[in-house]
Parts: sequence; structure tokens; C-alpha cells
Amino acid sequence: MKIGVLLKQVPDTETKIKIRADGKGVEEGEIKWVINPYDEYAVEEALRLKEKAGGEVVIVSAGPARATEAIRQALAMGADRGIRIDTTGIEQDPYTTAVMLAGAAKNESFEIIFAGKQAVDDDCAQVLIGVAEKLGWPHVTPVEKFALSGKTATLQRPVAGGTKEMIEADLPVVVGCEKGLNEPRYASLPGIMKAKSKPVAELKASELLGTERARINVTKYSLPPERRAGKIIPGEPEAAAAELVRLLREEAKVI
Amino acid sequence: MPSPSTIKGGSFLIEPTVSADVFIPEELSFEFKELGATAARFSTREVFSKAEAIETKEPGLMTSLLKAAGEQGLLMLEVPEAYGGLGLGKVASTVIAENITHQTSFSVAFMCHTGIGTLPVLYYGTDEQKKRYLPRLATGEMLAAYALTEANAGTDALAGKAKAVLSADKKHYILNGEKMFITNGGIADLITVFAKVDGEHFTAFLVERSFEGVSCGKEEDKLGLHGTSTVPIILNDAKIPVENVLGEVGRGHKIAFNVLNIGRWKLGAATVGGMKRLIELTAPYANQRYQFGRPISSFQLIRQKIAVSAVLTYLTESLVYRYAGALDGALSKIEKDSPDCAKCAVDAIEELAIEASIAKIFGSEALWQVSDEAVQIFGGYGFIRDYPVEHHYRDCRINRIFEGTNEINRLIITGTLVKRAMSGRIDMMTRLGEILSQLKAGFPEVDPSLSHAVWIDQVDRLKRLAVYLAGVAVQKYTTELERHQATLAVISDIIMDVYALESGLVRALKVRSPVFEAVAVYAIAERAPVLAQKARQALVNIAEGNEQALSPYLKALERIVKFVPANVDALLETVAARVLEREAYD
Repeated sequence: MKIGVLLKQVPDTETKIKIRADGKGVEEGEIKWVINPYDEYAVEEALRLKEKAGGEVVIVSAGPARATEAIRQALAMGADRGIRIDTTGIEQDPYTTAVMLAGAAKNESFEIIFAGKQAVDDDCAQVLIGVAEKLGWPHVTPVEKFALSGKTATLQRPVAGGTKEMIEADLPVVVGCEKGLNEPRYASLPGIMKAKSKPVAELKASELLGTERARINVTKYSLPPERRAGKIIPGEPEAAAAELVRLLREEAKVI
Repeated sequence: MPSPSTIKGGSFLIEPTVSADVFIPEELSFEFKELGATAARFSTREVFSKAEAIETKEPGLMTSLLKAAGEQGLLMLEVPEAYGGLGLGKVASTVIAENITHQTSFSVAFMCHTGIGTLPVLYYGTDEQKKRYLPRLATGEMLAAYALTEANAGTDALAGKAKAVLSADKKHYILNGEKMFITNGGIADLITVFAKVDGEHFTAFLVERSFEGVSCGKEEDKLGLHGTSTVPIILNDAKIPVENVLGEVGRGHKIAFNVLNIGRWKLGAATVGGMKRLIELTAPYANQRYQFGRPISSFQLIRQKIAVSAVLTYLTESLVYRYAGALDGALSKIEKDSPDCAKCAVDAIEELAIEASIAKIFGSEALWQVSDEAVQIFGGYGFIRDYPVEHHYRDCRINRIFEGTNEINRLIITGTLVKRAMSGRIDMMTRLGEILSQLKAGFPEVDPSLSHAVWIDQVDRLKRLAVYLAGVAVQKYTTELERHQATLAVISDIIMDVYALESGLVRALKVRSPVFEAVAVYAIAERAPVLAQKARQALVNIAEGNEQALSPYLKALERIVKFVPANVDALLETVAARVLEREAYD
């Protein structure tokens, strides 16, 4: 079975983000880059499927040269090869990213594609849906349980109120992976050394995009305002509770 | 990757250093950094999360963690591919050593297994012995220990009483004796044991714990490292098959001391991780702890403690990677298939004995100072067991004792240098002659157009100081030199700091980072006057109150050293600002 994984390299969640002086982006110099954590669930699920069904796991990522490192990290976990779409000089938004990834996926004729339900940097959660749309496939997201029997996938997704939705989908399908789907393995030392010699092909963004252009125009980045200090209400519990209710009603105006 | 040329041990003192020959961590490949990331992840998620259970020696836990490390491939790094390992060198091993340090007891057990536990077979085993043991050591199926010390033979290891006698059928050696303070002793399956054949010929044996007559005594109650197993190994008519003799009968001392060389560098590498972990605790704490309505990280005395901790980490890191790069450079030239490949590897390790001792002393003392400052930064909380720095302070104390005390290692540094100078293996005498004539004619100047020329010059001066002082000591004490341990130790201190300061400066100049440059310059500015004063006192002692003898010594000293003023407060502030902003060393 030919399994595709969509992967994005994102700043480590502990990175202290600094906005560039021109306000058009973030300073990348000191960022530690990692595989988008939700994409790790996707890699893991793909590897588990391969272990059961055989075949090949191919990692596809659209990004600058550094994104190759994230691909290599996935190869070290056990994926077989990688494709990087070089986005140098391209205006990248969820739309163009989806167009490029779908273009690469089409050439590979995957039978199933796993992706993280969203990337933790911009949290758009748009790309996997866009890829499914461009391929003319269904998608299911966020998925917290996955099973495959023959050519039919059974997927569980949470819905509001704590209930679960069970969905059956015939392949091909794009699966958006949620936390809890699995426990991603980490690369072993031999895995890391083997990954060095696994192939990573490079595609040109311009060839995949054709005349398509970004739909989002970033005007400015800014950091969220710093949280204001909290207020401690002193006194006996009863009086303090009464005061808290008063403040919530009169000052915060939330009740 | 590691430097192309083979570096002679101790040559940094007498020959100009080629920057390209100094491997720095910034030159690590992507894969090697990934090895480190895997080690760090394993160390935090699998090990540190179980710190409490490890420290109370939950039965079986340390063993299962080491085996889990084996499954991740963490134990196979240095084992050759032919024996089921990855065949990687010392640079890769340094990356692992410093990243596996989140739980100190585990870190020590890990280092013991992969270092002094596994390496004796790796470097001295026959092909048959390697086939029998290395694959199992590489996966963690077998755990390893190293048993040299005895109750009355610590530093004086060759004074051990453990005895081996060949059995009548010549199939076994019968071992009797008791080895003390054996790290991993209670969990090891394979122990390299040293005993004297017929009470005379010091020999290494590969002893399986399951062999008849081998047992271990009760766990020691220690100051620190409560999670590691430290026991006596008791040999009571232990039957060791003759094919388990490691190396040659009567040549065990070579194995014992050379394995310690490796152990010493590994210990230095692990202290780098220890210091980084402490900074990861102290920097955020200093930012969060408020006194007088401000975070204590806003006070200069606290900022300087954080900065000095980072400086010590940087210097140790610089020198252990330099050592590892140099050793990998030498090892990479050895034909892997040649029959004496292991012997060449052993020679390469022995060649860098001075540098290994430096890594051990410098790292252990740096970590000691950093852990002490960590307690101080935490204040009263630093003294309380529920807070995370108290155990570091206890746990790191042993580093100055095991793998050769820092005292014996200080004697080794100068002793090895002098021995090699005398035998002509290292051309120190020519260099000494040059320095003596330059004392009159003047020293060559460092090209002033070079960046940081004045600090390059300071390091050159300290090198001359070490060679000069060693020369004076040899001339004065001749065959009695060994007895004058205090003088030898002063010379060692200068040699050691030269290696550390130069490694730090070369790295800063290669990377061109303002923070690295501040660190390197601060370190030189701070250490140079201290070393000059130590040397002055040593010369006074050597003169033994004879003013006529002292006067030329002091004149020479005044020419060799030169005070260069630097605003160290400003330099430390550059470092502190950086570390406190990132709340981490890296």
C-alpha cells in the first residue's frame, strides 16, 4: 500500500516568538524547528498501517530547505522516502500549500493520506481539507481512532457534547490525525543513521502551482497583548465569594 | 567532521594550534544532533519521569531502563557494525553523554555500562570475545561493570590483592578477593575484573555474574547517586574460563589505565550535560523568584552566578568536543580491517591521556562549582530535598573522586608531559630552549590585525608559562620531581586552563558569536592573573628562600605574563542577559 503523509515543520511550541522589525513575519534565527506534533501522529499511524499492510510511507512537505530536516526526522522514525516542495520565493498560504501538496500527491498515486489535523504554528487546519478537495477525495478530521479493513476505513471523531461519531470511508481518503490517535514512536539511533541514506526528492513549487496564487495577504504580525495581572480577593470565603460575584457582574460584566 | 590531521597528545602546549583541527559542537552534523535529541527525549520522558522510584532503588527499575535505552539504540553507539553496533566515534558519543543527563543516577549507570563497562571488550577483546559479548552489550541484553578498586587499593590500583590461580586442568582461573565500590555491580551481567595471576601478574578477566563463585555484597549507603548500584564484588573460588582472560596475562595494568582514559573524557562529557541541566533550573528560578519586588535575576550578584555557570559549561563543552574530534580524527585513520586495528585504537587513546585527564578534572570541578552556585541561587530552597538542585550538589561530588581522583589526574598531566619530553616523544625541550632565548630577545608578537589578537597572545603567554615552569621544576628537582606534588599540580592547573581557554577562544573565533566572544575573553581575563600568581608562588617555593635563585625566575615571569585589563562585569552581563532571556544554556 502506498501511504502518503503531509508534514509541516513548525517552531517548537516552547519557542519565544519574536516579530520581525518589518512586521511581516517572525524572526527565524533562533527558532528550534520540529515536526508539527499533530503530524507525528500522522507519521506514526502511517507506519503502523505499513507494518500491517506492507507497502511504502512517503513524507511530503512544502517548505524551505530547512524543512528537509523535518522530513529526515520522519524518515528516522521509519518512513521510506521524502518529497520536499521547495517554496523558496513563493507566497505560501493554506491554499497554495494545498495545491502544491495535492499536485505532488497526484504524481505518487497514494491510496491513503495521513496529516495532522492542523499545524500548531498558524492553526489554520485548512491544508488537508484543501488537498482532499483538489484530489477529489473525501476527508475525515479530527480522527482519534483509525482502522482499515480491505479498502474501507473506520474512523472515530469526537463531536460536541462528548459523543463520538463513527465514520466509514472507502479509500482513498485524507485522514486528519488528532492527539490520542496513537503514541508516536521516537527515532532510534540506528533509525537516525539509516535515514541519512534514504532519498528525499525535491520538486519546484512553481511547476506545481501553475497560475495559482496565494489567497491570503498578510498585512501585519503582532503578538497578543500581555495578560494583565490577576486580582486576589481577600477576606472570609463567604464575603469573598459575594465580592467575586459582584465584580464579575459589575466590572467584568460577564454574568 | 573530525579534523583530518592526527593530533599529538600535549602538542597544544608547544605547537601553534590550527583552528581547523579544533572540532566544535557547532560543526555537528544534522544526524548527530538528532542522536542527541533522541537521547534527551529518552532521558526526560522515560527516565526523569521516574526519578523518585530510581532514587529509592525500586527493584528492577534501573535494569529495565537500561534495557529500554538499549532498544532505542543508545547503548550501541561505539560498538562496531560487525558486532551489532553503529560504529560511531567519540563525537557522537559526547552528544549522547551530555544529553542523557536529566536523572543523575541513571546517567552514571549509563556511562558506566557504555564506557568502562563495554570498552574493555571492545578495545582489548579477541574476535571471539567480541562476538560473544559485544552484540549483547550493545542491546542491553547484558549490562556491564568494571571492577578495579579494592578496600586497600583505590588510587594505588595495582596494589590490589585479588588473586588468580590456574586450575590443575588449565581450563579455568580460580579467582579470590573482593572488589569495592563497583558501580552497576548489583545489576551487571558482565564485569571486567582485575586480579593478579599467582599474586604477581596483573590481569583483566571478563567475569560473568553467573559464573560459579561470583557474588555481590550489600548496597553501599552513599552521599549521593542513591539510584545507582554500588556494591562489593566477591570472588570466592570463582571459576573463570581461560578464554575469558582479557588481553595478556600480566598486561592488565595497560587495560586498567587506558580504559580509565576513556572513562575520564566520558565523565567530562557528562558534566557538560549536568551543568546545562542546572542552568535550566537556575535561570528560570532566578527569573521567577521575587525579592524586594523584583526578580532576583535583576540583581548583579545573581546574574554573575548564572553567567559564570554558563562560562564553565562553555569551556568544558569546548574542550570535550575538541578531545572527541581529535580522537575521532586519529581513529578514522586506522584501517578497520587491519589485524592490529584495536591496538592502534588503544595507542590513539593513550596518546591523548593528558587531554583525557584535563576533561575529567576540569569538568568535575566546573560542575561542582555550578552546582554550588545553583544551591546558592535557590537560597534556602536549595538546601531542601524537595527542590531540584539539592541532589545535584550531592550527586556530583563523586566526580572529583572516581575514575582517578583529581589529585592523581593532576599528577598524571604534568607527569605524562615531563615523561614524554624526556623520552623525546614530544619536543618540549626545543620549545623550552626557544622560550629561554626569547626571554632575552623578546617574544614574537601576535599579528595585531587578527581579531582578539591580545587574547590570543594571552593564551600563548600561558602556554609559555607552563613550559617555563615545567622546565624550572625539572631542572631544580630532577629525579625528585615526583615528590613535589604541589608544584606538579600548579603546572597541571596552567596546562589545563590553557587547553580550556584556548578551546573556548578558538571556538568563539570560528563561530563569531558576540556572546561566545564575551565568554572566551572573560575566561581568559579572569584566569590569566590567577595562573600568573600561582606560578609566582611556585617559583618562590622552588627557590627555597634563596633570593639569588629567585630573582631570575621572577624576572622571567614578568616577561612571560602580561596583565591585560578587561571589564569583566560588562562581559559577564552580556552572557547573563543571553542565558536569562532563553532560560537555558543553549
